This record gives sequence, structure tokens and C-alpha cells, in this order.
Amino acid sequence: MLNPGGELDLDWVLSTRINLSAIERRAKSLSGRRSVKKAWQIGWLAHAVQCIDLTTLSGDDTPGTVKRLAAKARNPVRRDILEAHGLPLDLHCGAVCVYHNLIETAVEECRGSDVNVCAVSTGFPAGQIPHEMKLEQIRSSVAAGAQEIDIVISRPLVLEGRWQDLYDEVRSYREACGDQACLKTILATGELGDLRQVARASRVCLGAGADFIKTSTGKEAVNATLPVALVMLRAIREHHQRSGHLAGFKPAGGIRTAKESITFLMLVKEELGLDSMRPDRFRIGASSLLADIERQLEFHATGRYSAHHRHPMG
Amino acid sequence: MSNDTSNPAQILENLDWGPAPEDQSAALEWIARSGETPSHFIGGKWIPSESGQTFPTRNPASGEVLRELASGTANDVAKAVEAAKSAQVAWQELGPEGRARHLYALARGIQKQSRLFAVVETLDNGKPIRETRDIDIPLVARHFYHHAGWAHILEESHPDAQPWGVCGQIIPWNFPLLMLAWKIAPALACGNTVVLKPAEWTSLSALLFAELCEKTGLPAGVVNIVTGAGETGAALVANPDVDKVAFTGSTEVGRIIREATAGSGKGLTLELGGKSPYILFEDADIDSAVEGLVDAIWFNQGQVCCAGSRLLVQESIAADVHARIEARMKKLRVGNPLDKAIDIGAIIDGEHLQRVEAMCERAQSEGIACIQPDLDFPAEGNWFPPTFFPEAPLSSEIATEEIFGPVLVSTTFRTPAEAIKIANHTRYGLAASVWSQDLDTALHVARKIKAGTVWVNGTNMFDASSGFGGMKESGFGREGGVEGLKAYLRNEAEVPGEPQDTPSPVKAIEESDFPDLDRTAKLWIGGKQVRADGGNSYPVLSPSGETVGLAALANRKDVRNAVEAAGKSSWAGMTGHGRAQVLWFIAENMESRKEDFVRLLMDLTGDQEETCRAEFEMAIGEWTKWASWSDKHDGHVHDTPWRGLVLAVHEPFGTAAAICPNTPKTPLISFVSMVAPLLAAGNHVVAVPSVHSLAAVEMCRVLEYSDLPAGALNLLTGNPAELAPVLAAHDAVDLICTFGKGDLSAEIERLSTGNMKVCWKMGTCIDSPLEVLDRASQIKNIWLPHGV
Repeated sequence: MLNPGGELDLDWVLSTRINLSAIERRAKSLSGRRSVKKAWQIGWLAHAVQCIDLTTLSGDDTPGTVKRLAAKARNPVRRDILEAHGLPLDLHCGAVCVYHNLIETAVEECRGSDVNVCAVSTGFPAGQIPHEMKLEQIRSSVAAGAQEIDIVISRPLVLEGRWQDLYDEVRSYREACGDQACLKTILATGELGDLRQVARASRVCLGAGADFIKTSTGKEAVNATLPVALVMLRAIREHHQRSGHLAGFKPAGGIRTAKESITFLMLVKEELGLDSMRPDRFRIGASSLLADIERQLEFHATGRYSAHHRHPMG
Repeated sequence: MSNDTSNPAQILENLDWGPAPEDQSAALEWIARSGETPSHFIGGKWIPSESGQTFPTRNPASGEVLRELASGTANDVAKAVEAAKSAQVAWQELGPEGRARHLYALARGIQKQSRLFAVVETLDNGKPIRETRDIDIPLVARHFYHHAGWAHILEESHPDAQPWGVCGQIIPWNFPLLMLAWKIAPALACGNTVVLKPAEWTSLSALLFAELCEKTGLPAGVVNIVTGAGETGAALVANPDVDKVAFTGSTEVGRIIREATAGSGKGLTLELGGKSPYILFEDADIDSAVEGLVDAIWFNQGQVCCAGSRLLVQESIAADVHARIEARMKKLRVGNPLDKAIDIGAIIDGEHLQRVEAMCERAQSEGIACIQPDLDFPAEGNWFPPTFFPEAPLSSEIATEEIFGPVLVSTTFRTPAEAIKIANHTRYGLAASVWSQDLDTALHVARKIKAGTVWVNGTNMFDASSGFGGMKESGFGREGGVEGLKAYLRNEAEVPGEPQDTPSPVKAIEESDFPDLDRTAKLWIGGKQVRADGGNSYPVLSPSGETVGLAALANRKDVRNAVEAAGKSSWAGMTGHGRAQVLWFIAENMESRKEDFVRLLMDLTGDQEETCRAEFEMAIGEWTKWASWSDKHDGHVHDTPWRGLVLAVHEPFGTAAAICPNTPKTPLISFVSMVAPLLAAGNHVVAVPSVHSLAAVEMCRVLEYSDLPAGALNLLTGNPAELAPVLAAHDAVDLICTFGKGDLSAEIERLSTGNMKVCWKMGTCIDSPLEVLDRASQIKNIWLPHGV
């Protein structure tokens, strides 16, 4: 299941061509080309819940807040709403996503559920710490029980065109994760300059063994956008065709509404297909998205527009 | 395709697309109400057909009859034209601001009922609601807004221009309301009134628009809608009170209209068929280019005149591209066009569906491999799957004929030069797409493609600010932008041209015609003096009947040779500055032959020396004037609401024939003033001078040593009445110019339909030099997106 990676193919990396206007046209027209209504919208929204990496990444996170978050990830949607729609009562989020120091709490709280614990790593969000410390952080987090590691790539390597160094970096993270933890590489696309760099960085990370490529830390000025997602999904498709390994995709940052989450899912279905929509290949990194989806699901159950406070806090 | 179970738990597993139907109730209600008494909209009133006859209009997605339409008779058309005629003066006199307010109200009115328009259009036409909602209707509103602006500023922007009067407009079924907007908005902005005949398969949105005209208080008679089939359109074209005809549709019908209007003096613009190339270079964003094909050929079921139907892909990436196209096709959803998650709707009509099916079947029976995804279609309605012929031989019907369906053919090329050659090897010239991330490649190829619109790294982009229209057999005239406005204006200073005499037959040579010292006037073809193919000459007579000299008598084979030579000239490839230098040099060399010319002119005209010197000076002045203009016919950059540049560039037509008037008193100027602007614009010219014109022969002797590239100008002396029809019917002549009005131009217009060449009656108005150059060239709009 994990991406074994392969040799760096610089020709492939550098041959990428991206036309922004055409990418934007595709991204913009998608929400007009596809729509899911009624039962399908309910089914898709429930699926989006399964794909959420419920995230808290703040300086003031405490074991208390993480406990609440984990509990919410285990029971993200009110039982009566699930019952009304005939949805599985064990519906849960994909993971909780925390800083290293809170892994222990998260692991404890998620025990006995299928909710994974995900830790951001390698000097998240800026990544401006020594390489050895990054590797050490990964190892520590894996040892602490994190099943998924969201690393940040060193953006200077992209900006300076040091593709071999980037490959080596991600390769070393792959090794540090071992054969257990899932490696998600955050490209921080908002800091890479343009979509061609996003495409190149995606190809390097996939080639180096990333299990997921992820758009953003949520801390950059521009986070997950549809054009960026399109470029990354196409890189995943090419990597799949070349290597036979189908990697995952995680948009993160700025996805706050139910409608947006469905649009991302539609893009994945259109560009890659059903296999790439499952939680093992698609995650959304978000904190407030769930609350909007809950309201939508309640609306579909009652026919009345809902309010935030009707749904339990995380 | 859609899962019929609506169980969320199951959907959670299969993540299918479900049905997402648009509400059609309001549209059906309007259709039922408006169809109670099927009527035309004439003079602000709803009037049934005089014959009482009606015909049904159907929903292509179900085959159901939506309602009946009035069948327009010639009398119905006459009533509408009369209403338009009587409303025209008041409409014009309403003035720019008054007309602008009405156009603004129409734009607003369309926006206010945008969903009703979209659903009615989808029900009647079968195209996906996504397209009517997101593309057609917004573009319609934009067109009226943009032209409200033109109406307002018309007197400042076009101070000498006048409307034609009554415009007869015939539109097709593929973009019913959008084509209506393209026709009506500029016509009204310029002060014309309109009789419009929508296509018989798709008249409903035009009738809904007529209701809007009523509601917004548009003066009665300014817009008239007459429904009906081909004969209704024919009556409109033939009506003598129609001043200008505009048609969008098939090249076949365009030919009929060109013939029907020949010699009538009616203005004419035609937007016809296409087989547009979609050129994909190895350095393109290939995934985006493949996605672009969805918008190029699977947009509106491929029923798009400018559909990117011919894929040209560089050999190095062909297999990869074909595989990606095949994969992409599998994701396309075909079905109920009112479903918001449908890519391809219904084919317009069973009759058209059969045509598309037959073409694809013939291709398959020729052994051409065909790829179609396996799709389920609804039980009723006209459906055709997205279809791809990855290796269609260039010589096959499927690769050369317009299909007007969701059918893509592909061929490979090796080099940019070969791509250009294949792209241009077609009778059509409507549009093209060029995909390359290399700016030099993309722009170079865009410049070299013979098409009215070239999209770089994109496809099917339209806007009211930018002219759309064809070259070659895709028609002439532009719609949209300042270039489109010109189709609905004529110059205030227009003077009726002097009737062109039917040239007298050339006289046979008698013994007395031979001069004392022989001087041989040959034809001038391909930069060489050549003898006439028939081996004959004719005497050129002075007004008193004396022979001034013998001129070579050209025949149809000389026409053939001259057009051949013109086609090979390098003149069009020169820069404006380069052409200017040559034209100046001609004037300079002519000057040194002044006395010869003056003597010749005196012999030819029998006029005083002073008069002949004046003509000579005028001729020099023409050369220097057009030399001066030849590098100043700038194009422009349209202000399009879009991130990118839309470059409107002037390009020569190609080979232009000039039939000079028979002007015994001005044999030199009548020749120079026709050929010089054609040359300045970069055309290769085949000129037939006045039968009297040994002056033109003399002129060509000067050209021989003036650095004019071979074939840029070719001279055929002889009988214009014999040569002009051969040129008019020649399919490699792109433009044919006559002077004034008369029987000859009527015949030329009738004969021009082989390749739908442009017929230009020079001298029917006193145009500014820029207007002359506008007419001696055609506009290509290059859409150049940018972004990083």
C-alpha cells in the first residue's frame, strides 16, 4: 500500500508543462458541469466526513482540546441525523491531525476506533530547521504512535531548482517513516511561485515515495485551490501510469464549506476515479468544514436550515 | 448511468452521480401559453401566418412536440419588412443615447429572466443546461450591453456612418439566442431595423426575446421575428426592401443566398461552416489540451461551426495523446440536457442525427478505426456518443467534410511547417486552436493559419468585443467588436457608382492597325512578359478610332496562369515597410518615364497635354499614398473581459482580382487606384485593365525593374466581359474587385460562390484610406491567454 518510490527521473520532472488559463478554465467549469443532489448529496457529504483529517494546529492546543477533537472525529455527526439518512452509525473522520506533543493524547483517545492519528512534522509549517532534527522528529512521532506523518518540503529546494536535493530529502523522510507510517508531503503550494513548480515538486515527491501529496500547511497566504488540486491530481495520474502505484491527495487549508468539499471530490472522481476518492487516497485537512457538513446533513433530514450550535463541538 | 436507488448508504459506497434535473415547469408553462396562437412578431404585434399554417417544434431529448410555430409566407415576410422599413427612420432618429437605453434594457431583461431563457433554449435545442446557463445566455446579455455602448458612442466613433436600413437576418439552430444577439444587437445599435428568421428547429427563444422587446417598450417594428423554414428565409433574402442580409449557417445555404443577392446591391455577411484544426505540439500542456477538446468538439454536441474537429498532433506524442483522449471520453456523460451534470445533450433532430451516423458509418466501412465509449442512452430522443477517429486519413470524407456532430478526427504532423500546411489544406477558414507552451511556436503558427479566429492554448472563446467570422469558404464579415459593427454601417458619403459599361467586344486587327515601328504589348504574368496563350492581339483605339497600339488578347488559360503565378508570389510575406519601399520605388521609376506616359495618355485619350500630365501626377500620387499607408494599417488589441490579449491583426485575402472600369479618359488612374491599395494590403493581384489601357501595360514595364516580387501583380489585357467571369469562378481567387455598379458585378457575384470569394465593389463609396485597407484585408483575432 505504501509508495515504494523509485529513481529520480529528472526528464519527467522537468518536462512538465502547465497552462494556467486552461487549468483555471477546467477548474472553474467543473462546478457547473457536475452536481450532486438530494440522496446523492447526502451520500457524498457523508463520504467527505470520512475523508476529513480533523485538525488542530495551534500554539494553545492542550490535551483537553485534543481529547475533544478526537471524540468529535470518532462521532462526527449526530446519531439522529445518521439514523434519519440510514447512514452507518460508525461514520468517523479519517484522522485527527496534531502537533507532535499531542500525539500521545490523540492516540489514547482514538484507541479502539478506526480514526488514525496524524502528526505534522519536519519543522512544520516553515520547515526551517536542520535536516537531522526533521528526521528525528519523524522517528519520534512514529514511535509515539502516529500512523500518518505530514511533512513539509523545504521550499527553498524548489525555488532554487534543487530537484535532486528535494528528492533526497523526501526519500529520507520515506525511510524515517518506515514501512508502517503513511507519508504525506506538504508542498506548501502557495509558496512555490507557480503551478509548474507545483507540478515539478509533485513529481519529485511522488517519485521519492510520498503516499500522499498535500497542498498546504494551512498557514500560507494561499492554500488549497482547485487549480492547484488539478495539477497535483494529474501528477498522481501520471505517476500511477508510470509506476503502477496510485498515490493519495490531500487538499488542506481554506476548505470550509460542504459545497467546496464536494467540488474537490468531484474533481478527484473526474480526473482519477472512484479508487482515488476513498479515505486511503483522499483526505481533506480541515477544522471548520465538518460543522458545515453537519448542518447540511441536518437540513437534508429536516428540511430546515440548521444552526452551528445544534451540533456538538469538537 | 444514474443509480436508480436513492439510498445514501449505498451512494456512500458507490459515489455515483445521481440525477440533478433543472426545474422546467416555468419554461413549459411559457411554451404552452405562447403556443396557443402560433404567431410571428411583426410591427410589435403577434400575427398568425397569413396561410394559417403551422409546424411543430420538438424537444430533441424526447422527441415530444413542444408547441406549434407559424409558418411564414412571402406575404408574412413582406409585412414584417414593411413594418421594419416604416420603423427605421424613427429608430435612427431616436439617436445614439435613445437606442443605447433600449439595448441596455434588453441586456438587463435577459439577465432578469436568464433561467427562463436558458431552460427554454435547452428544451428546444437539446444542449446541456450548463451551456445555456453558463455560456449562451451570459454571452447574449454581454452582447447587448456591449452594443448598448456602441449605440451610445456611435456618432463619435463612426462620424460618417449610416445604417443600411432594413436588415434581413437568418440564424441557425445551434446557438439560437446567441446568434440572434450577434445579429440584432449590432444592427440596432447602428440604427437599423430588423426582420429575423430563426431556424425552424429552434424558434422559441427568439419568440421569448420578442416578448422581451414588447415588455421593454422597444418601438414597434424595430425587431420583427418571422418563423418558418427555408422558403421563409428565401422570401426574406429576396425582398427588395431588405437592404442588408446577414446569414449564419451552412456553406451550402450561404451559396444560395450569395447567388440570390447577386447584383442587388444588398449588403451581405455570411458566417458559414468549418473544419477547424486543433493543433497540439509536443511542448503543450497535454492534459489541458486534451481537456480543451471537451470544449472544442464535445461542446454543444459538436454542432458548432468553429468546433475543433480536426486534431493535429505532433508525432512524438501522438500515442500518448490518443490514449489520454480515449480515457477522457469515458468520463463524458451523455443524456438529459436538463440534467446539471451532463456533458453532451441531444442531437438537434433525427434528420441531422442520421447524417452524422451515416458519415461515421461510411468512415468505418472504409476501415477507419473508430473509438466510442460504451454509454447508455435514454430510450427516446436523438443521441450520439462522443466519437474519435484517431487515424483518419487526410483524404477521407470524415477528415475533410464538416460533420457538425461530436466527432473528432486526428492526424499527426512532424514539424510546425507541416502542421501549418495540413491546417490550411481545407476549404474552410473559420477558427483554429494552437497548443504550445512555447510563445514563439504558438504565435508563429497562429499568424500562419488562415482562419478568422485563432485560440492559443484554448478553444471556443467568444466575446462581444472581438470579431468572429471566417475566411475562405467559411464566409465573410465579422460579428462582434468594432469589426462586426462595420457590417451594419455604410458610409454617409456614399455615392451611387457610375454604371460600369458592359465592355465592348475587342475589335479584330486590321492591316492599318500596325504601327510604323513595332512595339509589343504582352501580358505580364509571374514577373515576365508573356505572349497571350491564344496567340491573339487586339487594337487599342483612341477616341477618334485610330489604333494606338496592339494589346495581347488574354483568354481563360492566361487567367489560369496568372492566378497560378499570383499564388506563388512572395509579396504577402513581406513586411509593411518592405512593401512600402517597393511601392515608393515604383513611383520613383515611373517619374523617370513621365514623358513617355504623358505621350501615351495623349494618344489614348485624345486629351490635352495638361490633362494627361494631371492624370500622370495622380497616378504617381496613388503609388506614394499607398506606399505611405502600407505600414500603417495597424491592428488592435480588444478590450475583452478576460486575462489575456485578443489581437486583431489585418491579413491580406491572398489572390485578388481587379476588374478595372472601362474608362477611356482615365486609363492609367483607373488601373493604379485599384491595384495599389490591394498591393499595399499585401494581396497578390491579377488585374484586368480597361480595354483601352496600354497605359497599364506601360505601368507593368516600370514594375519590371521596381523590385516587385514576381507574381505580386499580373496583368491580363483583353475583354473584361470574358475574363472577369473566369476570375469570378476561379476557386483560387480570394477577392474580386470591380468598380461601380453594373451588370458585370452582378455576374461576378453570382459566379463567386465556388469558393465564396469576397466581392468588393470599389468606388461605391468614398472611403477613407483606412477603410479601403480594411476592405482590402481581413481581420484575424488571435486569443492569447496569459497567466502564471
